Amino acid sequence: MSTEKGWGMRAFDWFEERLPIVSFIDNSVGSKYPAPKNLNYFWNFGALAGLVLVIMIVTGILLAMSYTPHVDHAFQSVERIMRDVNSGWLLRYMHANGASFFFIVVYIHIFRGLYYGSYKSPREVLWWLGIIIMLLMMATAFMGYVLPWGQMSFWGATVITNLFSAVPLIGDKIVTLLWGGFSVDNATLNRFFALHYLLPFVLVGVVVLHIWALHIPGSNNPVGIDAAPQDKIPFHPYYTVKDMFGVGVFLLAYFTVVFWFPNIMGHTDNYIPANPLSTPAHIVPEWYFLPFYAILRSIDDKLTGVILMFGSILILFVLPWLDTSRVRSASFRPIYKVLFWVFLIDCVVLTWCGAQVAEGLPLILSRVGTFWYFFHFLVLLPVIGWIETPKPLPISISTPVVAKPAE
Amino acid sequence: MADAAENQTVPTEDESRRDFLLHATVATGAVGVAMSMWPLINSMNPAADTLALSSVEASLAGLEEGQAITISWRGKPVFVRYRTAAEIEGARSERWQDMPDPQSDEERVQNEKYLIVIGVCTHLGCIPLGQKTTETRGDYGGYFCPCHGSHYDLSARIRRGPAPTNLEVPEYTFLSETNIRIG
Amino acid sequence: MRIVLFAAVAISLLGFVPAKTQAAGEVVLEEQEWSFDGPFGRFDRQQLQRGFQVYREVCSSCHGLDYIAFRNLQEIGYSEDQTKVLASEYTIEECCDDQGDIFDRPAIPADYYPNPYPNAQFARASNNGALPPDLSLMTKARPGGPDYMYNLIIGYEEPPTEMAEEMMVGMYYNTVFEGNQIAMAQQLFDDLIEYSDGTPATSDQMARDVSAFLHWAAEPKLEVRKQTGVRVLLFTFIFTVLAYLLKRRIWADVEH
Repeated sequence: MSTEKGWGMRAFDWFEERLPIVSFIDNSVGSKYPAPKNLNYFWNFGALAGLVLVIMIVTGILLAMSYTPHVDHAFQSVERIMRDVNSGWLLRYMHANGASFFFIVVYIHIFRGLYYGSYKSPREVLWWLGIIIMLLMMATAFMGYVLPWGQMSFWGATVITNLFSAVPLIGDKIVTLLWGGFSVDNATLNRFFALHYLLPFVLVGVVVLHIWALHIPGSNNPVGIDAAPQDKIPFHPYYTVKDMFGVGVFLLAYFTVVFWFPNIMGHTDNYIPANPLSTPAHIVPEWYFLPFYAILRSIDDKLTGVILMFGSILILFVLPWLDTSRVRSASFRPIYKVLFWVFLIDCVVLTWCGAQVAEGLPLILSRVGTFWYFFHFLVLLPVIGWIETPKPLPISISTPVVAKPAE
Repeated sequence: MADAAENQTVPTEDESRRDFLLHATVATGAVGVAMSMWPLINSMNPAADTLALSSVEASLAGLEEGQAITISWRGKPVFVRYRTAAEIEGARSERWQDMPDPQSDEERVQNEKYLIVIGVCTHLGCIPLGQKTTETRGDYGGYFCPCHGSHYDLSARIRRGPAPTNLEVPEYTFLSETNIRIG
Repeated sequence: MRIVLFAAVAISLLGFVPAKTQAAGEVVLEEQEWSFDGPFGRFDRQQLQRGFQVYREVCSSCHGLDYIAFRNLQEIGYSEDQTKVLASEYTIEECCDDQGDIFDRPAIPADYYPNPYPNAQFARASNNGALPPDLSLMTKARPGGPDYMYNLIIGYEEPPTEMAEEMMVGMYYNTVFEGNQIAMAQQLFDDLIEYSDGTPATSDQMARDVSAFLHWAAEPKLEVRKQTGVRVLLFTFIFTVLAYLLKRRIWADVEH
């Protein structure tokens, strides 16, 4: 090859010298980022979450152009989007279902981290940033659900903001501040819209930090031991192509819902305009909040319920220290592996309970489920770390791969 | 991987299949992204309810000689003036070939009695005065734009001032003697 | 294997989602076959027009159709001129003339279907305290959608003996309505109206037609949605297959 460079290449070099953005991307998610070669398909979900975030921001900005954040016009403006705005129905269904798929993808991403010990040293800060992302997602999703100003929007907003009234002494003051009035009303809708538009960009910022924090230790892997240089492959093209395939599979599922079952994850009551004088018979949050809702309702005391609900998420911040085992991957932890599955089932049970009327069996189950949730983190994880004998760890990632007979 | 690097010197069947796949996948992905852009961008175009109001029908039955009414059309005022015989005569007697934007009065009206123009100054979009009886009609008896002093005549042609062209005549049809559809 | 398990749980997590719509003590709806069901479903224009006739001649005296404009009726097969004529039969109160008075004018295709009542209080006062809900989103606002509508409309019966005493004044027994007491009396009876296309107007036929019409009113983009979906999904499928083949090819030289 000749050493002469074309003008295009020279212009590129000129720019790159001044702002090395292409190298930055290449280092982050390109050929200069060495990733363990044994990542399985559960490692696709981080990239998928990024994709959904982009879809949400793009459709969201376009929806905001046709939406009116006013109690008298919000519901009608959403219907206008559905009926009159060009492709408006597509934008809204992509956005509404995108929220659900965002949580599906992120929950799988989190459970992957729980299974393979991705929260353990030296990835604690990476894990923290992930929890912050989840909290931001929850706040954003909650406020977004209020915007169509249907019955569930209004009553969901009323119930959830009232949680803060549980705070001793100043609870009522806090709630009044949140509402900007004496009930959920126009001021509330307006600020929720402002914050719903703002928080996703904060989210993007935290995602950048999340990826940065990922690059310090590098990706964890299914074996859970540190990957030796010879066990690493460049992210591009290996994982970019794998992610492309993952994106395809994800989109198949996502589009199936968007085009054929667009309302399956929503509640019918939200197609009734908000009526502050009449509460629906059965208020349920969106499905992704159900386990937390079940925890909230499992306790008769208001303040305790609220503390437990927020505690169930905040406890994840100290998870890296609650889990006393040095072994990361559950593959080498016979007891933890069982506990992981029990915990997952516990979360599914809580999700189911959250959708039921809080009495009888669902109430008992949500109490048991709530107990187990905290018992898992506060008692089992620390104790198991001490008493469990892990299986022998391989010396390198390649060892078990080579030893294993061809599958 | 070292093997893979060596292979690159000999283009094998494998290699070409990989290249084909790479190009096909990238092309499909790019086409997919490009096609999904259109509905996104198109959502910013006028919506169906806006388009439904892109033409309005109005009755001029109540309008008497010498009077003017303003009709709202596509968010803009449309000036309709029932001109008197003297006003028609005034609009047609002057030599239009020498005007800043030369146009004959005949070109600008369908029915000589009714002058129908969009009431938006062609300079910078202000609404000219002259529709109401109390408003000044400028030095040429038609309309006067107070923003930068454009004077329009009885055919709403620009005569003096910074406006570059005559007031625009919208597309309209007479559905009957006194009913018009604008747009 | 672990992956399969993992995926199974993930899917079952998803499967839990619709569970919440099956609230306790819900009536089993007799499911109908609709032309708009299924991945390629389409509206039956004739049926929608019949359904519109039922709405217009029966329902519209109490129920609004706030989100449907006369121009929308072109989507169910009426011509532009037909919608103009239809619209002109209704009057719209417009604010305001030069004296500041509200005046009446004939509706135009861009106008929305006028609500039978000027406000909710008036509607309640005229209906024994009950508010006839707007119908333009009804099939999306009730679990079961058009099936619920159909079953509700034909669900009138004599109250069973154990309920007869509980029935409140001005309420009617309905097998589908929550609590079985509904403020709306049975509306559809055989040959109540005469279909302009000659279809025999049995109450069953009318209930089915008006439910289909209301489903169109609630989800007018259903057809274009499903049609777009087929194209998008096919395209995505091709992309996914290509990406998979490419992934296999690129990973062929990695021992993993």
